[in-house]
Amino acid sequence: MNQEISLVVNGTSHTVRVGDHWTLLDLLHDALDLKGTKDGCGEGVCGACTVLVNGRAVRACLTLAAYVQGAEVVTIEGLARDDELDPVQRTFLELGAVQCGYCTPGMIMMSKALLDENPNPTRDEVREALAGNLCRCSGYTKIIDAVMAVRGAD
Amino acid sequence: MPPSQEFRIIGRSWPRHDAREKVLGRPIYASDFTMPGMLHGRALRSLYPSARILSIDTSEAEKLPGVVCVLTHKDVPKNEMEMALPGRMAEATAGAQMATQPILADGRVRFLGEAIALVAAESPEAAAQALDLIRVEYEELPGVYDSLEAMKQGAPKVHESGNILQRWHVRKGDVGSGFEEADVILERTYHVQLLDHAYMETEGGVAWVDPDGTLVMKVGTQVVEHYTDVTEALQIPRNKIRLIAAPMGGGFGGREDVTVEILVGLLAWHTRRPVRLVYSRDESILAHGKRNAYVLRYKMGAKRSGEITALEAEVVSDSGAYAALTPWILYYTTATATGPYRIPDVLVDASAVYTNNTFASAFRGFGSVQACFAYEGHMDAMAGELGMSPREFRERNYLKKGDTISSGWALESEPMLDELTSRAWEALGPPPKREPGKKIGRGMAATMVPYGRMAWTHDSSTAWVGMEADGTAMVRCAAPDPGGGQGSSLVAIAAEVLGLPMSRVSIGPADSHMAPRAGTTTATRQLFMSGNAVLKAAREVRESLVAQAAQMLGAREADIELVEGDALTPDGRRLGLAQVVREAIASGRPVESLAKYDAPVADTIDPDTGQGKPFNDFTFGVQVAEVEVDEETGQVRVRRFVTAFDVGKAINPSAVEGQLQGGVGMGLGDALMEEVVIDEGFTRNPHLMDYKLPTTLDTPDIETIVLESGQGLGPFGAKGIGEPALIPTRATIVNAVSDAIGVQLREAPLTPERVYRAMRSGTD
Ligand code: FES
Ligand code: FES
Repeated sequence: MNQEISLVVNGTSHTVRVGDHWTLLDLLHDALDLKGTKDGCGEGVCGACTVLVNGRAVRACLTLAAYVQGAEVVTIEGLARDDELDPVQRTFLELGAVQCGYCTPGMIMMSKALLDENPNPTRDEVREALAGNLCRCSGYTKIIDAVMAVRGAD
Repeated sequence: MPPSQEFRIIGRSWPRHDAREKVLGRPIYASDFTMPGMLHGRALRSLYPSARILSIDTSEAEKLPGVVCVLTHKDVPKNEMEMALPGRMAEATAGAQMATQPILADGRVRFLGEAIALVAAESPEAAAQALDLIRVEYEELPGVYDSLEAMKQGAPKVHESGNILQRWHVRKGDVGSGFEEADVILERTYHVQLLDHAYMETEGGVAWVDPDGTLVMKVGTQVVEHYTDVTEALQIPRNKIRLIAAPMGGGFGGREDVTVEILVGLLAWHTRRPVRLVYSRDESILAHGKRNAYVLRYKMGAKRSGEITALEAEVVSDSGAYAALTPWILYYTTATATGPYRIPDVLVDASAVYTNNTFASAFRGFGSVQACFAYEGHMDAMAGELGMSPREFRERNYLKKGDTISSGWALESEPMLDELTSRAWEALGPPPKREPGKKIGRGMAATMVPYGRMAWTHDSSTAWVGMEADGTAMVRCAAPDPGGGQGSSLVAIAAEVLGLPMSRVSIGPADSHMAPRAGTTTATRQLFMSGNAVLKAAREVRESLVAQAAQMLGAREADIELVEGDALTPDGRRLGLAQVVREAIASGRPVESLAKYDAPVADTIDPDTGQGKPFNDFTFGVQVAEVEVDEETGQVRVRRFVTAFDVGKAINPSAVEGQLQGGVGMGLGDALMEEVVIDEGFTRNPHLMDYKLPTTLDTPDIETIVLESGQGLGPFGAKGIGEPALIPTRATIVNAVSDAIGVQLREAPLTPERVYRAMRSGTD
């Protein structure tokens, strides 16, 4: 049966009527028209759908919409302030960590979650943290460079 | 460009023009695109790899609420796609294949996942349910799933015409006498597995019919020219369709073939409503063209001194159920079978064979990866027989400018292989210490890869560059950008020539109605071809602006420079380009230009001997790696990886590094973990859960060495790098692992089991 979900997305409150098996990805991408959160596999493998729920990185494709009742969600659209890029976005941009861009929102959100928890990660810690986010274009080197550079950029 | 002027943009690292939008999550990929009243399309796919279809009953599906239409082969005006090359080259190509593939199966399916029917429904749920309600009655038929089996007498026929799809040959010199001169002759067989592109975004598109009756589609495609396949299928005039390449989540050759274009076009045409059709991940793995699996038998002769005298290669490519681009991929393998080595006597016989596996087609590397794996594996094996190091043996035989390649053509540019080799090894440094429990090894591979199409194809690209009266500029060029940065390079070239900051130059979408034809984003040709077209158009505009500015400033044209949006004189007077443009328009001077670039043309090669000029130029590269193998488990870890290429000229060094690293990342998957496993026609791993891709933990930091010899045919001397970046990686890693364990591995992926078994048996 349909159900109403209230949540805060990128600082704005929403009440959304969701279908039975809706995932958070359906809710964000289709109901709220936040197209930045991507569907790469729909089964929890690629990380393209990564968003923050109450400050923690989750895979929106594996998260039932019902589960985010009352939650605070941040998506890629919620990072920049008045067009000023978040430091992670800035280093991804400046260091050429973006190619096709399809993995980018998930990568940035995952990096954000890491840096919120551990502002000075080692290269190996960045590798660990991003191990569940697949990128087919970059070979990862520049993505890791970008995350490492955030410390310097802040 | 006045010679005095240094490049302001070209050769410096800058963020791509679209990177800001991408970090903000803003681009709308085909799978994100919606329209009011949009329907959801799905395809019903075959459950058997080889079967007769006795009946298709769609009546229950049609009755389901929310279902708007169900289509089968009967609803396709011309249910046959011709398997000629995309774009404009088919007519110009010798022996063009005219094999066909049904759009929706008609009476017969030849691989698991072949499309049988289409549904459009109001919701994705209704579309999915409708698929379940379509009744298909099959009669299973014997199939053939191995390319060597398929070549045998009496093998089940995949097509009435038989299982041999294509043959190519090379005959250079006389291998008989070449082998007679040899002191050592070595013969071995190499295997290359089926691979999936596994771009992060699956195939997708949206189509609708505009009020004027034009069928419009936004599709993630590398080939805008696919609109002609749609008009053929629908039997509508070619000027009644408009195809726009959407931003893509990767291409890698997987969007070089038609993917959803015809399917979504049929649904929109029938329903007269917008329809979106996006492949699920399993559909993407099951039903789009894979990287061809190969068997390559190599026999090489060499003198004790290390000089190669002869090479004989027999190559068999598994085309799967349909031809797609396999005949041309096989040509690339054939033409590059000798690698970057001087070999006087060469014989190559290559065949492509139909099987009931998923059809194979373009994949980054286009036949060159398979060849490189065999010739580089064989170079190592031969070096071992001769008691030479792999590096020394290669250096003894590297091609130099003026040497003839296997087609008898003399190389027109300097391959730089010695320099690439020493720089790559230098970067790797002295060998590491031994570590208990681990076997450590190092390996290398060198390669020679064409960029641009075959030289006899009359390839061309057109681009339009124009100034606006506010001093901004626009580039129009229908060159799709699958993520490699093709668009950014074109923007940079125009900005450089026009003396504008990049932020003042925009590029429109690859749109068949609005942008001049650029040809396909394949064959590592866009920077070379469309880069030259943009360069030519921008120079024409520049000339006109300079003439106008010279007149306004009372200076000589030769003295005018265009810098950061201003026209400058040597004595420091300046004028904003906006003003120059407005004056130019007022006085009737052109501020825009449409330019066509034609690639150099050669005669068609001799199909019986492969002799002639196959390609206009090649990109050369060398890679080295250090790996460790766990003695207990056979697990391989790549510790270091250095990739060195001569790119001619780096338009954007940071982007070149990104391409080089991305190629290595992909090749690492090919070498260590990826394979589409098809068991008697049934795909066992159509999910990313079990089709494993490299992660950050598998991939080391990839070190890049970029040489700029300036010898390329592209703008400012650039060569192409998109595909070459990947090609030697598989061979490099496999050679390094072979070195570590002391046993030559001749197939991949190097799963722990495979490595462990080789290590234990101690033989290959
Ligand atoms: S789409 Fe959620 S993990 Fe791949
Ligand atoms: S940039 Fe294309 S998948 Fe990461």
